[in-house]
Amino acid sequence: MANTNSGATTKAGMDKADQDAALTGAEAILKVLEEEGVDTIFGYPGGAVLPIYDALFQNNSIRHVLVRHEQAAVHAAEGYARSTGKTGVVLVTSGPGATNAVTGLTDALMDSIPLVCLSGQVPTHLIGNDAFQEADTTGITRPCTKHNYLVKSGDDLCHVMREAFHVAASGRPGPVVVDLPKDVQLADVTMEEKKPEVVTARYQPITEPDRASVRKAAELIAGAKRPVIYGGGGIINAGPAASDKLRELVSMTGYPTTLTLMGLGALPATDPNFLGMLGMHGTYEANLTMYHCDVMLNIGARFDDRVTGRTNAFSPGSTKIHIDIDPSSINKNIQVDLPIIGDAGRVMELLIEELKAMKFKPDSAALGEWWGQINSWKAINCLGFDQSGEIIKPQYAIHRLWEKTQNIDAYVTTEVGQHQMWAAQYYRFENPNRWMTSGGLGTMGYGLPAAMGVQIGNPEKLVIDIAGEASFMMNMQEMSTLKQYRLPVKIFIINNEWMGMVRQWQELNHGSRYSESYSDSLPDFMKLAESFGLKGVCAESVDDLDGVIDEMIAYDGPVLADIRVAKEENCFPMIPSGAAHNEILLGPQDKAANATSEEGLALV
Amino acid sequence: MNELEKRHTISVLVDNEPGVLARVIGLFSGRGYNIESLTVSEIDPLSQVSRISIVTRGTPMVIEQIKAQLARIVPVHGVKDLTSDGAHIERELALVKMVNSGEERIEALRIANTFRARTLDSTLTSFVFEITGSSSKVQAFVDLMSSLGEVEVSRTGVSAISRGAVADMPITTTRDAAAS
Repeated sequence: MANTNSGATTKAGMDKADQDAALTGAEAILKVLEEEGVDTIFGYPGGAVLPIYDALFQNNSIRHVLVRHEQAAVHAAEGYARSTGKTGVVLVTSGPGATNAVTGLTDALMDSIPLVCLSGQVPTHLIGNDAFQEADTTGITRPCTKHNYLVKSGDDLCHVMREAFHVAASGRPGPVVVDLPKDVQLADVTMEEKKPEVVTARYQPITEPDRASVRKAAELIAGAKRPVIYGGGGIINAGPAASDKLRELVSMTGYPTTLTLMGLGALPATDPNFLGMLGMHGTYEANLTMYHCDVMLNIGARFDDRVTGRTNAFSPGSTKIHIDIDPSSINKNIQVDLPIIGDAGRVMELLIEELKAMKFKPDSAALGEWWGQINSWKAINCLGFDQSGEIIKPQYAIHRLWEKTQNIDAYVTTEVGQHQMWAAQYYRFENPNRWMTSGGLGTMGYGLPAAMGVQIGNPEKLVIDIAGEASFMMNMQEMSTLKQYRLPVKIFIINNEWMGMVRQWQELNHGSRYSESYSDSLPDFMKLAESFGLKGVCAESVDDLDGVIDEMIAYDGPVLADIRVAKEENCFPMIPSGAAHNEILLGPQDKAANATSEEGLALV
Repeated sequence: MNELEKRHTISVLVDNEPGVLARVIGLFSGRGYNIESLTVSEIDPLSQVSRISIVTRGTPMVIEQIKAQLARIVPVHGVKDLTSDGAHIERELALVKMVNSGEERIEALRIANTFRARTLDSTLTSFVFEITGSSSKVQAFVDLMSSLGEVEVSRTGVSAISRGAVADMPITTTRDAAAS
């Protein structure tokens, strides 16, 4: 059954169509992947997926990227998906393969990344017997996927696979697991032709908004005196055309605009209407604009706690319009006045039409006054830092990295922690899909494997993982994958020898008792890089920095750059947990004794 | 924030496939919602659709969240809040075993008669009654029986449907949907 010759002999007597359609489950799985336009999968083999690996061995159209840990396979697929707009595909074995994938799946769920994760499973007759490498994969992944399936028969296989791709990429995207028992992979499967109406019958999210609500939104926007546009990851997920619509909306209104961590790049950082990121480590002007606005237009953001601060003091005087593709995001954290369910790009398109139809002209007097206020907040220069002396300030390192790569159309991933926030603040994105970070789950170890996936999806581009030394070490085994596939990813480690964000919170909230947050016994990163076949470079003082960045960019291959930075720098501005936007701390001088309230101490 | 919590009865139509009940229950436990009662049974064998009746409690904001979260589960076809969408009927069935060999047996039968409970099983020292009604009626019956002897109870939980001529979740619709 493994090839057409034996198929022709064993299927003698069947008609031609049946012969062509008769496949093993494993072959049918690959056929569906081809049909869905999949060119790359990230995976790791094991006993329960051997039939699929055998079929892959004989397949020429799908490239398999062998990672070194299943968590990395999922993050790589996330990076691939977020940078290309396609659905990422993961292949892992049963038991530990599936459980190792759980962190990545949860990450993709939180950040709405379309993934299909195929997991092997013990054969159906052994399910429930505590067989070797058996885990209840659908049970374990139910709360960390958008949907999941256990395929119990070859008859269901093709439909489930197709529906999985439809569910992963439609509506609010997310990860979908298809658990594939080994006997199903070996079963005879008749491949029926794909009927789109059958595949999509069960899951049909709303993408087209209610026109009356859009009209109402246009009226509210047109009547605003102190407006703000607050855009999120939904704009990125809606595709590059949605970012174009945002640019059009912003330029026709001249309204101040802020973006969430997940939305960076939807509007160019150099756009004069851009206020920077908002939220816990957002800019002073973005947060105060949110606090004092009279009309808020939320496009594809979810009022995350990192953005809102204390919810009962969140933008207290404003009329709130919320555009989201997921009805469950409406009124979840913040009560809004006008919800609009639909695709972010489509809603903005209609909104622009409505504004044009009503011959919209911004209230220039009011807007001028509002911008005057905002510019006075901007004048505080909340992202200012003082690079003096030999020691590299982490902010300066990222600022220089941006300056030296801003014309290269670089793709940036990050790990999680202080460096991530500094990257969000100081690396300035001009376009969508260039910024891959673990926003919702905050997964240390995300950045390196995600960068791998980005590089595979964008082979000619410069891909940089802005990392912290502690996060990097959570998935550093993937340097081996970089080497194997000659992926020229640049790992830019902001090395302060601390789990910096933990250290910062311990300093601010726990009396500087630095419990277990020091990165002790760090490896020699140069030798580490060398042993994996990467080039290692190191900047110990500010004079080394530019040269090291140049060398890193110029080198034709993967590089690990160890940037030794000031060890005790904190990330500001900062809205302490449980505080409101107008209680933002600008720097160490604001470190009031009671910066974090008693209630705030219990928050994360 | 200070809005009062209210009891809501929500009907959910789902594909009767493995794991669907776990998805619904997992949603409630994972997001910290209450379940006071939950019943589930297949209602349309042809298209394999089940109806889940859930009694929950929450502020209006939480109830809206529960409905939106339920609706985004892939095998969920419909969510209806019977409490907020007009009048509805709720019924629960209970089997109540009362063990006693003394004079209270006569009182038990008298009360059962008053509550229109049926006697399904009888020995010289016990009865099994079937009672149907609102949850509070069932509870009242159980409480009375408890004062007359040793009692064992099995309750189905609430099953509910809207009043009036409109079939909100007709079986035929789901059949059409399955065929299309």
